[in-house]
Amino acid sequence: MARMKFLCDAERCIECNACVTACKNEHEVPWGINRRRVVTIDDGIPGEKSISVACMHCTDAPCQAVCPVDCFYTTDDGVVLHDKDICIGCGYCFYACPFGAPQYPQEGAFGARGKMDKCTFCAGGPEPDNSQAELDKYGRNRLAEGKLPLCAEMCSTKALLAGDGDIVADLFRSRVVRRGGRPDTWGWNTAYKD
Amino acid sequence: MSLLPTAMINKADAAQRRQHSYDEGEITKKRSVCTHCSVGCGVVAEVQNGVWIGQEPSFDHPFNLGSHCAKGASVREHGHGDKRLKYPMKKVAGEWQRISWDQAIDEIGDQMLAIRESAGPDSVYWLGSAKFNNEQAYLFRKFAAFWGSNNVDHQARICHSTTVAGVANTWGFGAMTNSYNDIHNSKCIFIIGANPAEAHPVSLQHILRGKERGGKVIVVDPRFSRTAAHADHYIRIRPGADIPFVWGMIWHMFQNGWEDEQFINQRVYGMDEIRAEVAKWTPDEVERVTGVKEADVFQAAKTMYEHKPGTVVWCMGITQHTVGNSNTRALCILQLVLGNMGVSGGGTNIFRGHDNVQGATDFGVTSNSLPGYYGLSQDAWEHWARVWDVDYNWIASQFDQASYEELNGSPVSPMFTNGITVSRWIDGVLEDPENITQKDILRAMVLWGHAPNSQTRGPEMKAAMEKLDLLVIVDPFPTVSAVMNDRQDNVYLLPAATQFETYGSLTSSNRSVQWREQIMAPLFESLPDHNIIYRFAEKFGFADQLCKHIAVNDGEPLIEDITREYNRGMWACGYTGQTPERLKLQLANLHTFNKTTLKAEGGPCDGEFYGLPWPCWGTAEMKHPGTHILYDTSIPVAEGGSPFRARFGVEREGQNLLAEGSWTAGSEIEDGYPEFTSDMLKELGWWNDLTAEEKAEAEGKNWKTDLSGGIQRVAIKHGCAPYGNAKARAIVWQFPDPVPIHREPLYTPRRDLVAEYPTYEDRRNFYRLPTRYGSIQAQDFSQEFPLIMTSGRLVEYEGGGEETRSNPWLAELQQDMFIEINPADANNAGIRDGRQVWVEGPEGGAVKVMAMVTPRVERGVVFMPFHFGGHYQGEDLKDKYPEGTAPYVRGESCNVVFTYGYDSVTAMQETKVSLCRVRPA
Repeated sequence: MARMKFLCDAERCIECNACVTACKNEHEVPWGINRRRVVTIDDGIPGEKSISVACMHCTDAPCQAVCPVDCFYTTDDGVVLHDKDICIGCGYCFYACPFGAPQYPQEGAFGARGKMDKCTFCAGGPEPDNSQAELDKYGRNRLAEGKLPLCAEMCSTKALLAGDGDIVADLFRSRVVRRGGRPDTWGWNTAYKD
Repeated sequence: MSLLPTAMINKADAAQRRQHSYDEGEITKKRSVCTHCSVGCGVVAEVQNGVWIGQEPSFDHPFNLGSHCAKGASVREHGHGDKRLKYPMKKVAGEWQRISWDQAIDEIGDQMLAIRESAGPDSVYWLGSAKFNNEQAYLFRKFAAFWGSNNVDHQARICHSTTVAGVANTWGFGAMTNSYNDIHNSKCIFIIGANPAEAHPVSLQHILRGKERGGKVIVVDPRFSRTAAHADHYIRIRPGADIPFVWGMIWHMFQNGWEDEQFINQRVYGMDEIRAEVAKWTPDEVERVTGVKEADVFQAAKTMYEHKPGTVVWCMGITQHTVGNSNTRALCILQLVLGNMGVSGGGTNIFRGHDNVQGATDFGVTSNSLPGYYGLSQDAWEHWARVWDVDYNWIASQFDQASYEELNGSPVSPMFTNGITVSRWIDGVLEDPENITQKDILRAMVLWGHAPNSQTRGPEMKAAMEKLDLLVIVDPFPTVSAVMNDRQDNVYLLPAATQFETYGSLTSSNRSVQWREQIMAPLFESLPDHNIIYRFAEKFGFADQLCKHIAVNDGEPLIEDITREYNRGMWACGYTGQTPERLKLQLANLHTFNKTTLKAEGGPCDGEFYGLPWPCWGTAEMKHPGTHILYDTSIPVAEGGSPFRARFGVEREGQNLLAEGSWTAGSEIEDGYPEFTSDMLKELGWWNDLTAEEKAEAEGKNWKTDLSGGIQRVAIKHGCAPYGNAKARAIVWQFPDPVPIHREPLYTPRRDLVAEYPTYEDRRNFYRLPTRYGSIQAQDFSQEFPLIMTSGRLVEYEGGGEETRSNPWLAELQQDMFIEINPADANNAGIRDGRQVWVEGPEGGAVKVMAMVTPRVERGVVFMPFHFGGHYQGEDLKDKYPEGTAPYVRGESCNVVFTYGYDSVTAMQETKVSLCRVRPA
């Protein structure tokens, strides 16, 4: 069984935001909601590095641990998904998440959060695969179509990799060997401890 | 109830259902090419019931291997088109009114014909576009010729015209010599005046692949750009000091004997004069002028010498200067010194801008040439009259019959003189008619696929727009042209379709010609550009001549017939072998092409390079594979090899201009030779290799004008290049500066350098207009305007930005126009990060923008992106757009503040160095 993982290669990420717009394109995510974003540190000075960040689909996901209504579940592929019909929009997951992934639609009175939204690894939600209901609530289910997340598939420099963790690691390892540098598997120590 | 993701989206007019649907209608896949930059990334569109419902990665595509940047990953939004111009409109008494196409063409046509009658054909300006596909670009240039004017131009003038002029005059063709993919083989990647991480993001895939294979990346730029963040060695340079920097590098090369003697002796003319100039650029003087320390210059030179082959990449940071043509030549010379030309991993990889700016340039949408770089000579006109099968005298009769200029002492028709450039069209309106070398000023302006905010001198442009009799905008969007002026009447907006709503070929930066399929029907009432051209031709009464050999179906000239027509005439740069059939076959077999060499390995295109990169010699029957790497003598011409072109004669001042001891593999002439003519074939005893039909056509012709292709075929059969085998020239004796020399920008803060390195003298007539240099530089603006101002691109937007700022997926990512300013300058001026500031320029323009305080720019330098528009000097112009068409994000155009200044050969605008001051708003 595959264990799906994301990996962003900081040596290759150029902050072009293709991953962000690919996600918007694929799931028609509305203005103000970003399932994926690019973070740049040391902007404008030597050492500047960029990383594309979304839900990392953690092992023993902290969001899942803190959710008071238990709306999260982990698929056989290791993808962390949630059920919007159960979600109460409390925001605990946002505080628990080490990557700032959960998003809330900014609509409604008195700052009501609305149902949480986040990256699904292009794997939809609890509704039947590729159903209209799944599409409306979670966006497209590419995994069910035999495809991988579009953000990684469209990454301009192949910095963002997505897929079975073993294959992602192999790809990255060969890249590291070729360039002879230190591996920089940003976020893996946090997300995939064991 | 669904809260996300669709709940907050409004329904589009265009598409009934925007989301993917899994259960209704067959989904077909269409292959297109991204319309946002010159890399030429393949796009796979999923279409259902005529609606573009999905975008998939094009993994097979040799250029992008499925990848996109933010813009490319968002092109499906074109299928929504919420903010598009939906039908023809006309401004009457300050209000936009919907009109029909018939009414629009009739009214515009009648006015133009009246202007033609009173002021002559040169008073209508046909500004075309790098957004045209090749067929439309070709048809547009032909259309302008039949209208009877050379007042036609497009974006190449303001992006790479200085490259085209400088590079073509160095070794033959003014284009990228290698390819993005070939950078995999570079051991050194020297990037100067370019920020491909933002402007050509997918090129970074290839650059980083080269880097990971051991290539060193050097970035020279005034800003620590996103590209610089990936460099092994970043060098900060003062804007406008490129030539001294390059000469400084070559100084070390000559000093240490790092030049490639054999290459120079065999294949370069004029290096001694370069040596004399370079000798003046000692490390101290280089540091004084450029601000770069000797150690950095030396290290860059040493790295390039030690890591060969190396490639040089440049963009607008090099081209958009008063000395742009000299800048480009200096970089060519750098590669000639190192012998880095004509080799895989080497070359001058000049990244073009728009998706088809290379093609539009090749097809002569310029005021100084007919298609194929034939120029505007009588020979050129006669050649094309033959291809078009129309009477030369009829074409001549369409032009103004008077003369306003002299050539070699005798009066010359406007048919043969360079037209006004897009960079200066405003002067064509505002200048005293006495000073313009044509009958009258410009009275009608057609902006066809061209953003006005990408051109400098905004306030004067506004005045020019208001002075015109007639303003016509043809575009998928209203553009800033519709709102930046205060005209109340006589502005027409004609909705053009995007390239996703039609089909045809385009030429990417590396000269590869790609075929696009149509993804969807034109949205709303928009029409493809070639349909609109045809409608105007009908109105003007020359539609039958325009499409004499082009089928017209329901008002649409047949794209394939247009391709076949230019295949019959584009001999001079080898656009003759790329038939629609060959291009479509490649499109169906993308996966067979090697992703580094671009060569098909097996399959139906075996041995061809992807896109049959021009020159693709001879007729299609010759099966020439295209030329992946220009000037590569290691392979035969028949397989894509070539020498430097014999374009500048055979001898000068007793010195041989032809190659010596160097020839392409398999050449039967084992030395330099001039370009092929029928007489030369006879002298060589090769005349009888021609067929009887070829002989009949080729008699008295040369490789460029023989429509049979026989001369090219026979030359190549004997292993020779049709255009000859010569040396590249390091000095261009026809240019104002034969040897590239440093000249301070017109608006320079370095007054101490002006006397030593002055600009040119003012000129009386340059592309029909008086042009100022010295009279501006003589004034010291640096006291009042102490900051150097430069401009550039952002990854999310393209060009004037109307299209991309109307795309919500992109617009959300960059919502504010800004200026980058160093913390020290900000603190001195009392400016805080994120606050509004006024940026004021020496010619009176001012913009209100957000401050971005960052060390990305050094002290004394500020940077602004040029994609914004829709604000003017502090005012939001949203209400001036036709209803529902205002882009999501609007902002000030930096070109309102940018100033006068034009390259001395091509009239390229200076947008990389000016002066300004910044104060809190």
